[in-house]
Amino acid sequence: MNAAATSMEQEPTSADGPASRRITVGYGFWIFLLSDIIMFSAFFATYAVLNGATNGGPGPAQLFDTTNVAIETACLLASSFSCGMASLAVAERNQKWTQLSLLTTGLLGTAFLVLELREFSSLVARGAGPTHSAFLSSFFTLVGCHGAHITAGLLWLGTMMAQFYAKGFRENIQHRYLCFSLFWHALDIIWIAIFSLVYLNGTRL
Amino acid sequence: MSTTGVSPGDAGANGRSRMRGVRTYLIGLGLAILMTAASFWAAQTHLIYGPGIAVAIVVLAIAQMGIHLVFFLHITTAPDNTNNVLALAFGILIACLVIFGSLWIMANLNHNMLPMEPM
Repeated sequence: MNAAATSMEQEPTSADGPASRRITVGYGFWIFLLSDIIMFSAFFATYAVLNGATNGGPGPAQLFDTTNVAIETACLLASSFSCGMASLAVAERNQKWTQLSLLTTGLLGTAFLVLELREFSSLVARGAGPTHSAFLSSFFTLVGCHGAHITAGLLWLGTMMAQFYAKGFRENIQHRYLCFSLFWHALDIIWIAIFSLVYLNGTRL
Repeated sequence: MSTTGVSPGDAGANGRSRMRGVRTYLIGLGLAILMTAASFWAAQTHLIYGPGIAVAIVVLAIAQMGIHLVFFLHITTAPDNTNNVLALAFGILIACLVIFGSLWIMANLNHNMLPMEPM
């Protein structure tokens, strides 16, 4: 008790007053992202448990196409990088580079989404839809949930581009962009887990 | 910037120049490409001992997540980043409990299940 009190006196945690709005906004959104990741961990657990429950139907090795996954991964990684470039442009209040990097981010994200939807429709066309087996239900839930996040992220991205264009680099809009960039990078982290555990581990020799 | 902390996603406390920012993202991108290529290679090669491949893929995935956290989300071990790191540690703890707990319980239930006749 006494020791704690003296250490508080020696190292005041808020000598500069309360944290700035940017820090509290980013921290709050970081907490949300972590709770989102915990939700994904439940879907990963479901997928891992139901991995062998194919109901006599096709398993991962027969269904997944590694080349397609490699292109999707490249798109998402590149879009994460260009989102980082947009962060630097926003910090410099450079309208042209902000819009250009955000447009690149959005186009790469759309390419990812198109590839994923094409994969889903080819699976359904081959009779391997989510209703076929517990394995496929958990696969479509996990990967589809990530795809839904990407879709939401693309809508948010378009909104950010419009707001930067119409309202300029106001402080509250920069805070919104900080949250968007965290969201987009976190989705790439979840994709790492998906391509490693679902696709590569499912199709490895 | 104040000593009260940095926001996750902020590149660092001491007003970095543009070139340093670009360099950080480029290093991150290079390392991430390396890890991704390595895990796609590991999944298709015959050169690695079979059961070791799954381990290699998981290790590469965890390494790449760390790279993304440090170079893209700027979650570092700097003293002004403690709050963000603590929240991350708690998130990882819960995620591990959910995943490994589920696997453990379901494997145990499977093990104790009586053999069933197909209906």
